[in-house]
Amino acid sequence: MEAERTEHLNQEQQRDYTGSKMGMWLFLYTEFLLFGGLFLLYSVYRTRYVEQFHTAAATLDTVLGAVNTVVLITSSLTMAVSVSAIRKGDRKLSVSALFLTILFGCGFLVIKFFEWKAKIAHGLFPGALEMFELPQGEVIFYSLYYVITGMHGLHVLVGVVVLLGMLTLLMRKKINEKDFIKLENTGLYWHLVDIVWIYLFPFFYLLT
Amino acid sequence: MNGREQGGAIIKYRVYVYVWGSLIILTGLTLTAAALEFGGLSIIINILIASVKASLVVWLFMHLKYESRLFKVMLLLAMTTLTVIILLTFSDVLFR
Repeated sequence: MEAERTEHLNQEQQRDYTGSKMGMWLFLYTEFLLFGGLFLLYSVYRTRYVEQFHTAAATLDTVLGAVNTVVLITSSLTMAVSVSAIRKGDRKLSVSALFLTILFGCGFLVIKFFEWKAKIAHGLFPGALEMFELPQGEVIFYSLYYVITGMHGLHVLVGVVVLLGMLTLLMRKKINEKDFIKLENTGLYWHLVDIVWIYLFPFFYLLT
Repeated sequence: MNGREQGGAIIKYRVYVYVWGSLIILTGLTLTAAALEFGGLSIIINILIASVKASLVVWLFMHLKYESRLFKVMLLLAMTTLTVIILLTFSDVLFR
């Protein structure tokens, strides 16, 4: 009994809620600057090749892009609900909301896969022979499209894997209404991925 | 330290659904703005709409509204850094 109490106290002392969250935010700022740098690269080339960027952007599938926007926004909603639910002690809702978030994340990746597949089938990928015949600006547009959506897709993929880990912890009650920082931090990361897409969508799909 | 103090206020589900609704409406708006073809203005309008959407996500989904001032200052610092980098780059690129 005494040993259990001491252990409990130790656990309380070792947990630094604000510190954990601040660490996550600091990491998110580095991510923010990483994607910021990529968007800067995009902006510089866009001012140089306005017309060619527009021609190339017109070949992207706006409908698929819009669907993916809705999918990610909705996954952000279920993520936020999952965190709130566990804090209220509603494990069942938290688990189902997190499960939905993972499903939406996978859905996003599946749609992205078909989008890339269609582009690659048209010979539009870095290093393809067809690309050499295109004007410089269009080549740069497609390269940036692959780098930025690829980097974002990688973040979604990592997010899904981490979310799966959180789902296991949640079901094993390692994440509960007293100790939910892991889930909350994962949520912060997931929302950041959503924000990147919020900017990515108009930059690539809505150039008219 | 008791558990209730940690993490501050718990946002109501209803608020989250409102945020989600606003984000969907803003997505519709940005699609409409693109379809109307405002020319050079189009990208500015779309960046503005995207920024409103991002703010909603940061402020409520990411709970920044309820964080201490330090978190907000840190975000401001990161944004200022990026803005400075962007301005310096464009001051070079545009007047070369």
